[in-house]
Amino acid sequence: MSDTAPAFPGVRLHVVTGKGGTGKTTVAAALAMALARRGQRVLLAEVEGRQGIAQTFDVPPLSTQEVRVLADGSGGEVWGLAVDAKAALLEYLQSFYKLGRAGAVLEKVGAIDFATTIAPGVRDVLLIGKVYEAVGRTTGSKRGRGDLAWDAVVLDAPPTGRIGRFLNVNAEVADVAKVGPIRSQADSITRMLRSPRTAVHAVTLLEEMPVQETVDAIAEIEGLGMPVGAIVVNQVREPLLGEAGLARVAKAAESPRSRGALAKEVTAALGTAGVRTTAALVDGLLAEATDHADRVALEAEQREEIAAAGRPAYDLPWLPDGVEGGGLRVLADHLLEQGMV
Amino acid sequence: MGASRTNGSRTNGSRTDGSRTDGSRTNGGFDVDALLADDTVGIVVCCGSGGVGKTTTAAALGVRAAEAGRKVVVLTIDPARRLAQSLGLTVLDNTPRAVTGLDLGQGGRLDAMMLDMKRTFDEVVEAHATPEKAAQILANPFYVAVSSSFAGTQEYMAMEKLGQLRAQADREGTWDLVIVDTPPSRSALDFLDAPKRLGSFLDGRFIRLLAAPAKAGGRAYLKVFSAGVTLATQTLSKVLGGQMLIDVQTFVAALDTMFGGFRERADQTYALLKQHGTAFVVVAAPERDALREASYFLDRLGEEGMPLAGVVVNRIQRVAAPGLTAARAAAAEESLDDAGAGESTTADLLRLHAEVARTAARHAAVVKRFRTGHPGTPVAEVPAASRDIHDVEGLRTIGDALAAG
Repeated sequence: MSDTAPAFPGVRLHVVTGKGGTGKTTVAAALAMALARRGQRVLLAEVEGRQGIAQTFDVPPLSTQEVRVLADGSGGEVWGLAVDAKAALLEYLQSFYKLGRAGAVLEKVGAIDFATTIAPGVRDVLLIGKVYEAVGRTTGSKRGRGDLAWDAVVLDAPPTGRIGRFLNVNAEVADVAKVGPIRSQADSITRMLRSPRTAVHAVTLLEEMPVQETVDAIAEIEGLGMPVGAIVVNQVREPLLGEAGLARVAKAAESPRSRGALAKEVTAALGTAGVRTTAALVDGLLAEATDHADRVALEAEQREEIAAAGRPAYDLPWLPDGVEGGGLRVLADHLLEQGMV
Repeated sequence: MGASRTNGSRTNGSRTDGSRTDGSRTNGGFDVDALLADDTVGIVVCCGSGGVGKTTTAAALGVRAAEAGRKVVVLTIDPARRLAQSLGLTVLDNTPRAVTGLDLGQGGRLDAMMLDMKRTFDEVVEAHATPEKAAQILANPFYVAVSSSFAGTQEYMAMEKLGQLRAQADREGTWDLVIVDTPPSRSALDFLDAPKRLGSFLDGRFIRLLAAPAKAGGRAYLKVFSAGVTLATQTLSKVLGGQMLIDVQTFVAALDTMFGGFRERADQTYALLKQHGTAFVVVAAPERDALREASYFLDRLGEEGMPLAGVVVNRIQRVAAPGLTAARAAAAEESLDDAGAGESTTADLLRLHAEVARTAARHAAVVKRFRTGHPGTPVAEVPAASRDIHDVEGLRTIGDALAAG
């Protein structure tokens, strides 16, 4: 662990989004673990019913109860929660209206399903509402008294294509709930999301479409007046050809003469290394190198796009075996070393 | 496009996974050309989890089918304008537009369109209601919200548009193949479930009860119903605000007079997907999560008796120098290193090759495991491209790879 000062010291809610397939859940989990390794008590919440947290930490499926999924030697902990809109609504009604048996009646006539599924925006208000509750929760008998229950909350949020709509709960309920508790709940949530206590991070790969969606999502989130945090570049692979190698491969792709010279050199060197060489083998190796050089060039272009977004960027290495067998810890360490937390 | 089917029957055979027995090769390969040449197939649905290349696959199938003489329209639902990028189009809206740059010597055509969810919903309303009624519905805030932001409306409208395109194709003969790319859902199954969910909720008991007073002319009507419903509406009024309930009531009552029930409509589109003229192509990447999602989808298609054409696994790492194993490449690189040539280009190439070979082996292993888990399911593997695909030429290459299995 390094002594780098954390980049987001005042942030208590980390919202993690990203295009599908970029490893958003893994990054959210690694971020939670990194915070825990700083000794923090962290709640990691998911809202899409995917059980991604359980899969990432290799624990039984999460319920609507918070459960500990990791204890760090530093005293830090990660707890997991699968936020469910129905449970959140019933809990909400219970705590604000002391409903008693009415909750069961609402469920029976289909009102809960109606409110959580059909009523536009209400579902998202309930989902973020639960996260909002966790961020502000204190250990005292009343809200605001005692210590904060969580040092930080990490939200594995919906993907970039839906993140703006998800976070913009205010606008979502504006049309249908002009007054009433849902409205004021939406207002409080929006205040929190726009405050410096929140940071929305975007996960991307070094590929065109994920980077484009990340750039779009950042603009959208900024447009909502919410603080954009970092861009986390996931699955970064070290270039396997050095600068010199890349240059030679590029030249060989353009000039037959350079290619001939390179092929000759490789054939000879392979011979000294005890490899029986054929023309097909050398051609194959050069073809692989050309593909690799193409990818490196493409990644460099994407790097420029990311840099142009003007947000702090953090790299996570590509893990051949995924997060199994300590991979998550490797990712958490990278975030710590680069000073994201 | 040499392959043609000798057996035109659309039977699913006796396989429990719903795969076609007649369109697949004996080695478990997915004969894409046979699928595209089969003129009894009028709908191809590409589904799979996010980020696996669904849109690219749909577009590549479209290009290949069109160049083989099919009249194709590709419907994409993705708001990220990915198909537009893939096809080099700058404008994509609810209107199908011709894709240029294709070799249409066989008499085919290719149009592409992107779903405008709200406009599709509006069109449904306008087509089924009187102008005054339609205006009333379109202005209802509840309608505005449901039609533009409800999670599930996208899937529902995708189905609706699919049905419309299919009907237009049958009526006007514009197209003989509709290829649809499914929405970027939470899970691939949402495409199948969301329309039904929306349909049944709009048609559900509670919403009927809410609509009742609007029809009977007053809220008092509710009282005779049951104490439970009264309690429920009172509570919801408290939480959501009274105006919302009134809006819901007007909305539901207005829609009610218009359709013969949302559920029925959803059931119809669902039934369309079960017909023999439909073929599902499940798209995945050689990663655990994507293949798990593909497995769920295969199971579900089997349960529903929906016709699976095959599975496409994109982005498979290929080895260009198969004569050299990863281990031998690593050993050779080490001996170059020992000889003081560790910095040479040859050492670089060996390191790279070892990595490529290891990745290829891992991909082969996960695909093999998947094939073992789904015996009899045709699988096509598409090699990873070193550049992203965003032109017709790139799509053609993907199409070739698909056809090669």
